[in-house]
Amino acid sequence: MGQKYSAWSLLREGFSGHRHWSPAWRDAAPKPSYDVIIIGGGGHGLATAYYLAKNHKITNVAVIERGWIGGGNTGRNTTVVRSNYLYPESARLYDFSLKLYEGLSQDLNFNIMLSQRGVIRLAHSRHDLDGVSRAANAMRMNGIDADVLTRDQVAAMAPVADFSPDAPYPILGGLLQRRAGTARHDAVAWGYARAASALGVDIVQNCEVRGFVQENGAIVGVETSQGRLRADRVGIAAAGHSSAIASLAGFKLPVTSYALQAMVSEPIKPLLDTVLISPGTGTYVSQSDKGEMVIGAGLDLFPSYAQRGSFAVTQTVLGATLAIFPCLSRLQMLRQWAGIVDVVHDSSPIIGPTPVPGLYINCGWGTGGFKAIPVGGWTLAHALATGKNHELAEAFQLERFNTGRLIDEAAASGIAH
Amino acid sequence: MMLIQCPWCGKRDENEFVCGGTTHIARPPSAVTDAVWGAYLFFRENPKGVHLERWRHTWGCGQWFNAARHTVTHEILAVYRMSDPVPDLSAGGAAS
Repeated sequence: MGQKYSAWSLLREGFSGHRHWSPAWRDAAPKPSYDVIIIGGGGHGLATAYYLAKNHKITNVAVIERGWIGGGNTGRNTTVVRSNYLYPESARLYDFSLKLYEGLSQDLNFNIMLSQRGVIRLAHSRHDLDGVSRAANAMRMNGIDADVLTRDQVAAMAPVADFSPDAPYPILGGLLQRRAGTARHDAVAWGYARAASALGVDIVQNCEVRGFVQENGAIVGVETSQGRLRADRVGIAAAGHSSAIASLAGFKLPVTSYALQAMVSEPIKPLLDTVLISPGTGTYVSQSDKGEMVIGAGLDLFPSYAQRGSFAVTQTVLGATLAIFPCLSRLQMLRQWAGIVDVVHDSSPIIGPTPVPGLYINCGWGTGGFKAIPVGGWTLAHALATGKNHELAEAFQLERFNTGRLIDEAAASGIAH
Repeated sequence: MMLIQCPWCGKRDENEFVCGGTTHIARPPSAVTDAVWGAYLFFRENPKGVHLERWRHTWGCGQWFNAARHTVTHEILAVYRMSDPVPDLSAGGAAS
């Protein structure tokens, strides 16, 4: 532990046959008691632990994970990071996240392979063009970079799409956020895990939560498959399984769990060096550094905890992808999978206290959790450490579902799902 | 691909149907607290297991009906009409 990664360390280890690397993080056995326990060892949970240790000097912390770290949605997304949201509250939140991503490789001393290759939302109709202008205006009002692209400008950036006169979904223009792009998802999980572990955080895998320990109505610990663990405060970062954890503590969430699927092709030569999103047809496409075409899809629109995704959606998204990229018609798909996402009615997150004292939650990111990992961790850590909501998270409380003060990004940002 | 038993048309592909979410939610009277109204509008069990839900055979007969479906296996344990009571599911299949 504590081994710093650098060009020098790579060179030194290279000359000694790579035999002396130490494990990136410590796979811990749980202690009986912690200051804070975080349920869920995905990006959000690991980031929460890291910022608890780094920003708040709280290091007697455990992240407990039912499976292995980064094996849930953190390992199942399409690695896109962006902050092209509409409302000021969301723009602040997601852009803070993107800014943290911009410095994350240095901060964690772990190359998260951030590639700010730009994300283009395609406009296929006059209505889409109006939507693009509206979104670009809103983003600029919120201080976020946004460019409205003409058809020719999109064609210059992504010539592989179908710009012929008889294209089934003509591309009339687009909305570009240049600072958006992709980051390596496994590296984000492992980078946070390594940095948190180095600061003293215990990362406990194969540790399933089975209940809560309550005294006088407050949470004072968790019952797990590895025994009873006491904690002053507990944070939940369990994405699609948030409702299941909440039910163990005796409250409900405004969350419905859906399967969101994605797929990758065999690797091919460089074809696309930006990210294209086509909300109208329900597909988004990028190319990984290995050369695989990474294709994201819409939700299976019925509640599901099955991490596979239905063939009906696979069929729809591949049909849409081929309509935009006819050149991919001979491409073979390698893998298809799904993650269980926590969708709330306004497609905005919930970060703060729960109805049960001592228990805090970070959920509701729905289909867009990966881009929010840094800010999700930062703000949940703040709530766990101080007992108060972070200023960025103030608008994103559970209470808004009673007051009606929703932040309806589902309709507003034209996101694909 | 799920095959869903429409009570009127028989088994059809899932593409022909739209899920309408949790069923049997009783609308509270209008003079209630914000918390009760919020619970009615937004807060759900979201079970990992058997879920009682509404479906509509949108690209078929257009009729609504209820189904008891397992959210992990996607197995449909019962299909019943909107006005029917919740069927007895104890007989089979409801592994969680």
